Formats: sequence, structure tokens, C-alpha cells
Amino acid sequence: MTDMPDRPSAIARRTFLLTGAAAGLSTALPLGAMADAADADAAIREIFGDKPINDGRVSVKLPPIAENGNSVAITVSAESPMSFDDHVTRMAIVSPRNPIADIALFKLGPRAGKAEISTRIRMAGTQRIRCVAEMSDGSLWQGSASTVVTLAACLIG
Amino acid sequence: MATIRIAAPDTASAGDVIELKALIQHPMETGYRSGPDGKRIERDIIERFEVTYDSETVFEADLHPGIAANPIFTFYTRATTSGPIEFKWTDQNGQSWSETHELMVE
Amino acid sequence: MKSGIAVVAAICLAACGNDRVAAPDTPPQPAPLKSGYAFLQPQTQALQDDDFANPSFLWVDRGEALFQEADGITDACSDCHAEGARSLASAAAHYPQIDQESGRLVNIEGRINLCRERYQDRPPLTYESDDLLALTAYVAHLARGEPVSVDIEGAAADWYSRGEDYFHTRRGQFNLACTQCHDENWGKKLRGDTISQGHGTGFPAYRLEWQTLGSLHRRLSDCDAGVRAEPRALGSDDYLAVELYLARRAEGLAIETPGVRR
Repeated sequence: MTDMPDRPSAIARRTFLLTGAAAGLSTALPLGAMADAADADAAIREIFGDKPINDGRVSVKLPPIAENGNSVAITVSAESPMSFDDHVTRMAIVSPRNPIADIALFKLGPRAGKAEISTRIRMAGTQRIRCVAEMSDGSLWQGSASTVVTLAACLIG
Repeated sequence: MATIRIAAPDTASAGDVIELKALIQHPMETGYRSGPDGKRIERDIIERFEVTYDSETVFEADLHPGIAANPIFTFYTRATTSGPIEFKWTDQNGQSWSETHELMVE
Repeated sequence: MKSGIAVVAAICLAACGNDRVAAPDTPPQPAPLKSGYAFLQPQTQALQDDDFANPSFLWVDRGEALFQEADGITDACSDCHAEGARSLASAAAHYPQIDQESGRLVNIEGRINLCRERYQDRPPLTYESDDLLALTAYVAHLARGEPVSVDIEGAAADWYSRGEDYFHTRRGQFNLACTQCHDENWGKKLRGDTISQGHGTGFPAYRLEWQTLGSLHRRLSDCDAGVRAEPRALGSDDYLAVELYLARRAEGLAIETPGVRR
């Protein structure tokens, strides 16, 4: 689900269609400009260091289908009492397929009251978005969700 | 040009967890698109968004081009004392804008 | 996605022959009439429904500020358009319309620029500029919920038939007329999209594809480019005529501005 086997040909076709366009903005990306799963791992290590990441306590909410990858609603949340002794300190949203793996890094603390953030992200194709949360005890937790990004009929920007 | 829309309560009781929303007008240009002339459009993004309330930063975000154009954020903070909640955002060139919302805490 | 391309191919193949696809004698309203909103994914609809999160409101807010802005020399728009006869509460639902003074067809963008020239001694705003989009979106959003109803009689009649003609003329490398997608094939899939009926009732609209607010004429220009035809200029007579035809074709649908489209 994180990757599509026919990706290079899909891009080639998109580039071809755009070449035929009379006007408009190109949204095509150069081949090889995409991050992959290893880049996402590297981005996470860059932010949080080389610590083990536990599955759980973090949830990512994304729509099952997005008709345009330019703006996809996402909500990330972490289970935490958000007290002075036990709270979330940072949450990172990371992509295994966008040109850049890092999407956003949020810093919060006990005064947040609730570890939940919503925003809208770009998704350069169907993928599973990851969110890693760092707790005040230094432990790391992660969750993920995937969205199928469908192809528009009209590629003219 | 920079405009922000803020949604936040005007009043709250001390200890309440309140929802804050901000919608900022900005293209968040990725640097990967090219215009009708075939030339690449330069990257132009907001890199940082922070919210200060009751003399402390209560929310911070480091942003990359993967954040959609006209970025929107919904997050939470605990009401402590009456005063301004300051929303501040800074682009990649260091230019920054801010807007405040007055919160009355009973 | 291959089946989507096949649909395009099928429509193109079916389109061999005359340049013009026959137009019915009576204005052809698709039945049942469905706004572009009805063809969106639920989360895109949710974005339009949310008056905070819908990014179009950044322009509506700006438009309201511009509407009330006096420059110290001439009146603000709001000085004339207060309550009463000159209220703009439902005006946008009746555009485009003939400007009595010049006898020409104008849309909201054109009316705003005429007002600036005649009553405010201000230069016209460039089509698709943020300021003109903002004012247009503000004025159109005042009529949100109002059913579209335009006059196509008298001086408007020629404009109407010109628009009807444009809508039914095949053009571009794909050799497609608007009507072939939006009358004959709406509701069907084209790649990941569902073909809409092609109404303009949400415009100016925030298109996810554009990542910004844009005018109906920009949308029409994209349609032309989409079938690999030479797009007309924004604000051109051709697009004004199509805008009138589309408004008549959408008669009864509610204004949704500021809409969100994919």
C-alpha cells in the first residue's frame, strides 16, 4: 500500500499529458524526487534520535480516499494525561512518498491539555502517513493511516 | 500579504481545555511546480507557527512544503488566565506576522 | 485509471463528424439538476460546509474589507450599497446581465470594475487579481442560497445564443464540446473523477487543484486547455457568453459561493 509498482510509468504519462497542455501549472515531479520508506525512517531518526519506537498510543486520522492530494485533512492524536509529569513533548508527521519525508513537527506540553492536532497536508500519491510522538519520559510511540489519492481527469492547473 | 482567521472562545473557565483554530493565507509554494512559462516556481513557505499565551509558548510547529497551501491548524490549550493569545507565523525569509485574540478567563 | 482514458477515447470517437453538437430548442437543463457540490468526495464537501476551514473565506473577508474601504476621495462600495434598493443581498443570482448604460453583458467582475470607473474614479482591477476575486467572492457570497435566475431576453438574447453555441461546439485536439461531458456523460467516471454537470454556482471557488481561489472564467479556461483547445482570455466575450448560458442552464440552483471544488 505504501508504494505503487507502476509509479514510474504513471509519472511518465502525467508528464506526457502536461507536455500537451496549452497552459497551466505543472504539478509533475522530476523522477527520483520522491522520498521512500527509508527516507521516512531517516527523517524520524533525525528528529528523535536512534531510539526504539513503540507501536500504539498514537492515532492518525485520514480519509480513505482523497480526490486531490494537494490538501488532505489529517488529525493526529496521542493518548496522554498531558500532566506536568506525563505529557507529549513532540509529534512529527512523516511521509514515505512525498518529495520531502518531513511534513510537520509539533511541539507541545502539559499546557496543551490535549494532545490532538488537525491540519491539512499534501500527499504526492497513495501512501501510509506516519506520526511519531515523543513522551516526557523520552519514549517514542507511533501510529499511521493511509489514503488512496485518486487521479484527476483534468490535469491542467 | 498575509491574513489569518482565528477561531477561539472569547471566554473560558480556568482549567478548561479550549480549542484554537488558525487559517493562514499563504501559498506554501513547494518549489516543485513550474509555471506556464515552464520555469520552476521558487519555494515560498511558512516555516514556523507558534502560539504564546500567559507568558509561555503553548504550541509550536515547524513546517515543510508537505503542509497544504493556506495552512490550517486546530489544537488545544488549557485556559489559565485572562489575556492575549498571540499567533505568530514566520516565513523562510524570516518575515513574520502576528495576530492576537483576547481570552477572558473567569 | 486506464478505464478513465478509455472514456475520453470513447467520447472522442463518438464525436466524429460535425463541429457542432445539436442543441435542443429549449434550454437544456440536466435532470435532475445537481450542483458541482454533489459530485465531490464527502471530505471536500465538508470543507465547503465549514465556514471557518473553507479557505475561500480568506478572500471573502478581504472582499468585505475592500467593500467598506473609503479612500478619502470617493465613496466606499458600502456607502451606496447599504440596505434597500441597492442592497446586494441577492444581486449575484441575477448575473451576468446587460448593463443598461453600455448595452453590454457584464458579470460581477465586470460590474465591480464599472462601478469603480463610474462612481469611484478608481482604475479597474485586473481579472483574477486577488482584489477582484475577493470583491467578487464577497458580493457573490451575499447571495448564497439564492436560486439562480437570469434574463436572456432582449439584448441578452444574442449573448445567450453565442454561449449556447460555444457550449455545443467541439474544439481542441480532443475534439470535444462542453455538452458531451456535462450534458451527455455527467455522473460517469473519468479517471478518478465523477463528471459534473458543469455548473458555475460555486464560483469564485477554491479549487484544490489550483490551491487558491479562482474565477469561473479561469475554470472555463482550464476546461478548454483540458480538451487541448486554445483557451480564451479571462473576461473575454466568449466566456461572458458561456457564463450567461451556464447561468440559464443552472436556473433554480442555489448560489454556493464560496465553493470548494477538486
